[in-house]
Parts: sequence; C-alpha cells; structure tokens
Amino acid sequence: MNEPVLSIRDLSISFKTSNGTVNAIRGVDLDLNKGETLAIVGESGSGKSVTVKAIMGILSGNQEIRSGTIQFRYNRDGEEVHQDLLQLSKKDMRRRINGKRIAMVFQDPMTSLNPTMAVGKQIMEGLIIHLKMSRPEAHERALELLRLVGIADPEKRMKSYPHQLSGGMRQRVVIAIMLACNPEVLICDEPTTALDVTVQAKILELIKNIQAKMQLSVIYITHDLGVVAKVADSVAVMYAGKIVERGTVNEIFYDPRHPYTCGLLSSMPDIVTETEKLYSIPGSPPNLLHEVKGDAFAPRNRYALNIDFQEEPPMFQISDTHYAATWLLHEQAPSMEMAASLKARIETARKEAGEWTESDSWR
Amino acid sequence: MADRSYTESHRPGDFQLADPHARAHVDHTYSNQSYWRDAYRQFTANKGAVIGLLVIVLITLFAIIGPMLSEHTYKSMNIKHKSLAPRIEGFENMPVFNGVANGIHSYKERKLEDVYYIFGTDTLGRDLWTRTWQGTRISLYIALIAVAIDMVIGMSYGLISGYFGGAVDNAMQRFIEILSGIPHLVIVTLLIVVLRPGLVTITLALMITGWIGMSRVARAQVLKLKEQEFVLASRTLGAGSMRIIFKDILPNIFGQIIIMSMFSIPSAIFTEAFLAFIGLGIPQPMASLGSLISESFKSMTIYPYMIVAPVVVLALLMLSFNLLADGLKDALDPKMKEM
Amino acid sequence: MLKRLVIAAATLLAILLVLFLMLELMPGSPFNDEKITDAQRALLNAKYGLDQPVLARFLHYVGAMLTGDFGVSYVIQKNMPISNMLAGRLPVSIQIGLQAVVLGTAIGLLLGIVAALRRGSFADSFTTFIAVIGVSFPSYVFALGLSYFLGSKYKLFPILYTTSKPLISTVLPTIALSMFTIATVARFARSEMVDVLASDYLLLSESKGVGRRRLIYVHALRNALIPIITVLAPLVVGLMTGSLVIEQIFSIPGIGSLLVTAIQVNDYNVILAVTFIYSVMFIAIMLIVDILYGIIDPRIRLAKGENHG
Repeated sequence: MNEPVLSIRDLSISFKTSNGTVNAIRGVDLDLNKGETLAIVGESGSGKSVTVKAIMGILSGNQEIRSGTIQFRYNRDGEEVHQDLLQLSKKDMRRRINGKRIAMVFQDPMTSLNPTMAVGKQIMEGLIIHLKMSRPEAHERALELLRLVGIADPEKRMKSYPHQLSGGMRQRVVIAIMLACNPEVLICDEPTTALDVTVQAKILELIKNIQAKMQLSVIYITHDLGVVAKVADSVAVMYAGKIVERGTVNEIFYDPRHPYTCGLLSSMPDIVTETEKLYSIPGSPPNLLHEVKGDAFAPRNRYALNIDFQEEPPMFQISDTHYAATWLLHEQAPSMEMAASLKARIETARKEAGEWTESDSWR
Repeated sequence: MADRSYTESHRPGDFQLADPHARAHVDHTYSNQSYWRDAYRQFTANKGAVIGLLVIVLITLFAIIGPMLSEHTYKSMNIKHKSLAPRIEGFENMPVFNGVANGIHSYKERKLEDVYYIFGTDTLGRDLWTRTWQGTRISLYIALIAVAIDMVIGMSYGLISGYFGGAVDNAMQRFIEILSGIPHLVIVTLLIVVLRPGLVTITLALMITGWIGMSRVARAQVLKLKEQEFVLASRTLGAGSMRIIFKDILPNIFGQIIIMSMFSIPSAIFTEAFLAFIGLGIPQPMASLGSLISESFKSMTIYPYMIVAPVVVLALLMLSFNLLADGLKDALDPKMKEM
Repeated sequence: MLKRLVIAAATLLAILLVLFLMLELMPGSPFNDEKITDAQRALLNAKYGLDQPVLARFLHYVGAMLTGDFGVSYVIQKNMPISNMLAGRLPVSIQIGLQAVVLGTAIGLLLGIVAALRRGSFADSFTTFIAVIGVSFPSYVFALGLSYFLGSKYKLFPILYTTSKPLISTVLPTIALSMFTIATVARFARSEMVDVLASDYLLLSESKGVGRRRLIYVHALRNALIPIITVLAPLVVGLMTGSLVIEQIFSIPGIGSLLVTAIQVNDYNVILAVTFIYSVMFIAIMLIVDILYGIIDPRIRLAKGENHG
C-alpha cells in the first residue's frame, strides 16, 4: 500500500471557553495518501476545520492539542523526511511547512485576501519568502500562476486589489497564492460554500485539473455530499469530534455502515428518487462541553443499541479501506435493515453508475 | 490498526435495540438562552461594569440625600468659617479629615473646636460637602438630559431617515453632515452669547448636536433590518410605517440604542464641566462639579483640599459611566463600533 | 470628492450665515457713540454699507470674512483689527495643538498596538487603564495635576507660558492636551488591531508562511491603521475644546484664551472671528482627512478612478 503523505493519529484538541472546556476533537485517526483526494464530511461543529487547522499549525490561542501526532512525509532534495508537525514550533511551521509544503484554501474568498495589498504582491510574497526568488522572477511566476488558475489578463490583475474582483476570481487568486510554492498537500476548507453554484463547479474543476497536473494530495472539507461525489477518492465522515466512518467514495456512497452516514445520504436531495419528504436526522449534535458517554450519535440514532449509551464503539473493519465505528457491526448486534428509501436510492444510483461491482454484500 | 478486538464480555441485552422513549432528546442539550438573559450574564460577569453601576447608584444616593444631611445649604455663607480643611468627628487624629491642611490647623487657630465640615469650606465659608453633592445633581441632570435627547431626537431622526430612505434620507443626511461640520464648541459659544450661561443654555447646546451619533447608529441599524423577512412579512400583512418602526424594528435595535445613549452621558457631563471651568456654566451661587473645580483652582496652591472632593466625584462619575457603557456594549453588542 | 467639497462649502456658508445673523441681531450698532449725530451716523452707515439690503450686506460680510477682514475689537483692545490680534495668537495655538496631536497619536498607537498583540498582558491592562482614565478626566484635571506636581511642587517645568521658552514651557500643556488623544487612539487602535489579527486574511497570510514580523508590520498594521483616520474628527473637536481650558490654565496667549476672554467681556466681533477660525480649521481638517483616506485606502482610491466588474 502507498505510504500516506499525512497520517494523523489519536489527535485530541480542546477549546477553552468561558463556559468550560470543549473537547472539539476526540481521538481522530486519518491518512492522506499521495495524489489522492480525501474528503472530510460532517455537520458544522463536527471538528473538520479544527483538524485541518491543527495540520497547518494555525489553531487559535484558546485551542489546545491534548494528544496525538501528525506525521508528514515529504521529499527534501531527494531525501525522504518524516516530521511530526505537532512537534514543530509556530516559527518552524511558517518557515518550512506553511505555504511551502502544505497550503490551505479558505472558505470565504471575500474575506481571505488582504484588502490593502495588490493581489500580485500577495501571490509573490510566498515565492519571495520560501523560494528566495527575486522580484522579477516572482513576478513572472505569479503571472504564470494567474494563468494557471484561469484568470484572464493577468498583467492587469496583478495590480488589482481584492475588492475589484468577483468572489470566483478571488478564490482563484487564493488558489494561485497557495499553489505558488508547489506544495505537496493542499487543504481546501469548504472552498466553494461562499460562491455561486455556477462558479462552484468551475472552482472544483480547477482544483481537480491542477491536482492532476501537479500531483497534489488534497484534503477537502465540506458538508456538501454533492461536492464529495464529484471530487473525492476517499471519504472520512466526522461526527462530534470523531471519525465515525471512512472508506473509498464508492464504499461510503453505496455501502454506508454507520447510521450517521446513512442519515447524511438520506438527507441529500436528488432528482432520481421521488420521495415525498426529504429525510432529516432528528435532533442536533451533542454539546461537547459535556463528557460524551458511549456513542455520541446514539441519542439521534433510530437503531441505537443499549450498549451505545454505555460504551464507545471501536472502529470495525469492513474491507481493506472501509471502517466504521458503530456497535451495529459487532457480531452480536442484530442485523438491521437499511431504510427502504435509502436502499432504493442507492440501488438506482448504483445502476446508473454501473461500474460498481465489487463486494455488494449488504446483509 | 482500527479493528481493536474487544475482549471484555458484554452484558446480555447490550446489543438489544434501546428503548426509544428512554433517549434524551438531543435538542435540549443546549440550554435555552434568550438574548437578554445572556446579556445579563455577560454584564454581571464584567466586574468593572458592575462596580461602575454600583458607584453611580451610590453617587446618585449621595446627590439626593447628601445636601439634606448637612445643616448648611449650598449658598449659606459663614465668613468666620471660611477656608476650613476637611474634618470629621472622630477623625481628629487620623492623617486625613483631621482639619489640618498645609500644617495649619485652621479649626484650632480660629477656636472652632466643635465645628466639623466633611469636605471643608470654600473661601466664602460655604460648606463644600453640600456644594459638591449639589453640583453632582447638576451632572446627573445633564446625564438624564443627554439620554432623553438621544432617545427622543437622535433615535427618531435615525429611524425616520433610515426607514423612509430615498429623498427624505438624502435630505436628512445632508443636514447632519452640515451640522456635524460645525464644531460643537462654536455652537456652544454662540448660544452663550445669545442666551445667558446656565442650565438652559447647556441643555439647548446638547439638543443641537448631542443626538447626531445616536441618529447615525439608529439609521444604520434600520437600514440593516428593514430588508429582513420579518419586516417584509409585517408589511405584507398590512402594518403601517409607524407600527413597523416602533413594533418591529425598535425592539431589535434596542441594545445598540442603550449602548449609544450610555456613551453620550460622559461626553455630556464633559461639556458641562468644561463650560463651567471657563466660567460659562451654572451661575453663582449655584454649583456644579465643573464650577467648583474652577473656583478652587484659583486658590489651589494655598488650599489644595478644596479641589479634591469635586475632582474625585467627577472622575468617579465619568469613570463609572464609561465602565458601565463598555460593559453594556460587551454584553449587548460586542461588535458594535462607536460613532 | 466633489460631493465632499460641496458639503464643506455649504457648511462654511451655514456658519457664516449664523454668524452674520448674530451680528445683525446683536444689540446696538457699532456707531452708537452718543457724540455722533444722526447725520454722521447715516454717513458712517453708508460708508460701511449698513444701509444696503440684507442680502448685499451678507455677501459683503462673507467676502470680508473670507479675506481675513474680521473687523475691530471693541472691548479687549479698542479698535484693534482682529486679524492683527489673531496673527500673534494663532501660531501658538496651532503649535500646541500639533504637538499634542503628534504626541497623543504616537503614544496612543504604540499602546493600542502593543495591547492588541499581547492581549491579557500587563501592557494590555495598562492600555485599558490609560484609555479609561484619559476619557474620564476632563483635560483641565490633568492640567491642574501636572502644574501642581511637576510645576509647583517639583519645579521641573515652568507653570506658565513664556515666549522666550516656546518649547519647554509648552511641555505641560501639550501633555495635558494629549491625554484625550492618547486614550481615544489607544482604545481604537487596540480594537481595530484585535479585529485584524483575527481576520481571515491574516490567517491566510499565516498559512502561506509569512513570518510574524512581516505579518504584523506589513499585513496587519496597515489595515488596522486606516480606520483610525475616522476618529480624527472627535479628536480635533477634543483638542479645540481642550485648548480653551489649557490655554487658560497655563496662560498661553492663543486663540482659545482669546475666545474665553472675549466671551467674558462680550466682545462680539472677536467671538465671531474666533468661532469662524475654529470652524474653518475644523472643516479644513475634515476635508484633509477625507482626501487622506482616499490616498491610503485602495478601496476608496480605486473606486474613484476605474470601475471593475
């Protein structure tokens, strides 16, 4: 198996708030393989953003890493380096990792560019800092980057200020900034949520093309399953600060095992099935200010078992790549029928896709 | 690495479906917190603001009962008792309030052994305790006036300008721009030239310019709110403009209004104190904190104690109102910018 | 820009109108000396244009004021042209005002920015303390305190202004006058800087590997400082009012003390002239602030020139 570029082990992060300590991330394990696109899906507050901020070393002051490692494997002058990012100081992160090897695209392009600096200068900045380029060299490279992200008339745009660009253009500029130093890993934190639907598709397409061209490994954070289906190779579903299920995109979409994943899929609107009412998961995520006993999802789970309220479920392996943390996969658990509507949905989707043949073992 | 095998035995029934009725409903895990209750909690957690509020209450109490506690009135003069240092019964041997100033025991020298003035007397023999609290009344009156002006003129102006928009708004805003282009000082000076110095003049001066900040805040808030669904809904149901302004919009901008009016209090008190200092405030024998400071400033090097009481009260009052306003801002709308 | 100019001109005109009306409604005429006969008075009225219709008189008045002809003083120095009185006093006031602005802004910025960078530290508490104190005490309290302790008690600085020592004798007035500026600027700079430090674009700059120094000096500072220009208006007002009492306390021969004297002795012409000067200065500063804002903030600068989609 391809050794992962990034592997997160047992990551726990808590926030100090005026109301007490919030355990936002509670033991996350995650791998990102070279060249693949990993999508992290979950509701807001599930800890997706915090996880990637920990990778970037840009957690805010009240956020504290309780435990865990983030191993980053990269190539420095032909030599393979393993580095636990959590061991690096903020200063070293900025000098060696941020922007240079791991870059991040933020959610809202309207606020993520410096309003008083011309966009060209913002792109050149990373080149001058990390690659020690001279100004003219950086200028050339910035032009090239603007062309790469599909901005017309780059010469003119170099001198523009962010407020003169549309949302889509700004996000392209952000991507250009982040790609400037040829990073190994690109993190996209809901890169299209703040954009128009038509622009969304273009940005997704752009990231996909660039990924292929530059052999990037990409982490996508999103709550939009449509985006996941379009871009991801593998998926990790997060709930209440834990990964509850992960697998390839096909496994997650066609063979979901965790009741939360099933719930998410059922609540996704589509045009194929004619359901009278769109499903929604009852209740809301738990308040992580309080200790979670057992399975955090249990109170919202229609199929909750008694044990769900007492003991946290371990990760059960389903296939080489597919894991889920739910007691329903325990050998003693009663076999559960998937909701009929979701089952029908998956069947149609599978037929349409037509390509998915392996392990259609649904018990 | 993920399939840790669980060896510990599970109890029978562990893998039964849980009773759906036994489940806590997750929606209730967040306790229901209303805006005002949350604001109250925020406010009471802010020590400075709570202390500020307490000090204001205390000073107000003193302003009300202080003059009654003394047998002197603010204007009764007693030349025999002029320029006495602060002295309190039972404090004769303490470092302060012992009737000694600049090494001179004025009470002993003048054989006034059983006379006590808490804050001392001024150069005309008037009781500074009474005069200080009398002066505090003026400052508090100014504070009240400032809030009233903000609420009545500023709020209405802003609400109307923002709500009706278009030509009305345009005209009203140009008027404000011109008005705010004239320095406050100039307006006050001209008023004093036309009228005589006094409370009426100060009140008028505040009425002319004191409400501009509030009207800007109110307008900005209305502009933000009037396009929102609940206002549109109300309009669709046939509510009139006045009903929408006062029933739908006003309750939603009340936080900002309170903050703004609190911020206008210190500057109003400032205006009075400043006018009094240059001799354009409350005419004698009335006293305000500013005029007391101004009077005692002239003899500050000889009788430094005369200036202490009014300065301390004024500073405490200003400090408390500022702390209170800050606390309210943090509690009601931390993102708000002062205008 | 044009709009700003029009507003400024309208404001100036409004002020002139008010001043003119006051002059008109003021009791008595400049020539009610009892020795003058009615015929002589009519002659004088004709000579000074006082027999013309109101509008003509107003236009004449506007022209005179704008060219610096403020008439003569009646009480303070009989028949002394006010422009002569102002010529000696204005530079002193402006000098102290400028000193206070520079000192106050520099210290205020320093305090505010350090406080924002080290939130919760001693520097932060100190800044909050200064900010609250600075807006809680009227400037004359500082002035009195300074002149009492540093002036009379320890005799470090002269208590009163002397023309022979124009710098050292303005130290105390400058400090007293700048307290309000320090407090306002420090408070504003802190809150702006805190906002900017928490902004997405700073997080993005951080993720692209910009070092802390560059992050603060290149990215944060500029964005935090631009809005500070907006507090200049209340600052100027504060300085003007402050100058009245400060000049009084330190007996500085500036226009502030002139105004106070004029009000106390009812020298109308002087009052009107000084208020006019204050207004013009205020309007001019506001206009400069607007222009400055356009130069510093690209969002405004470019919005005027070109229009991008």
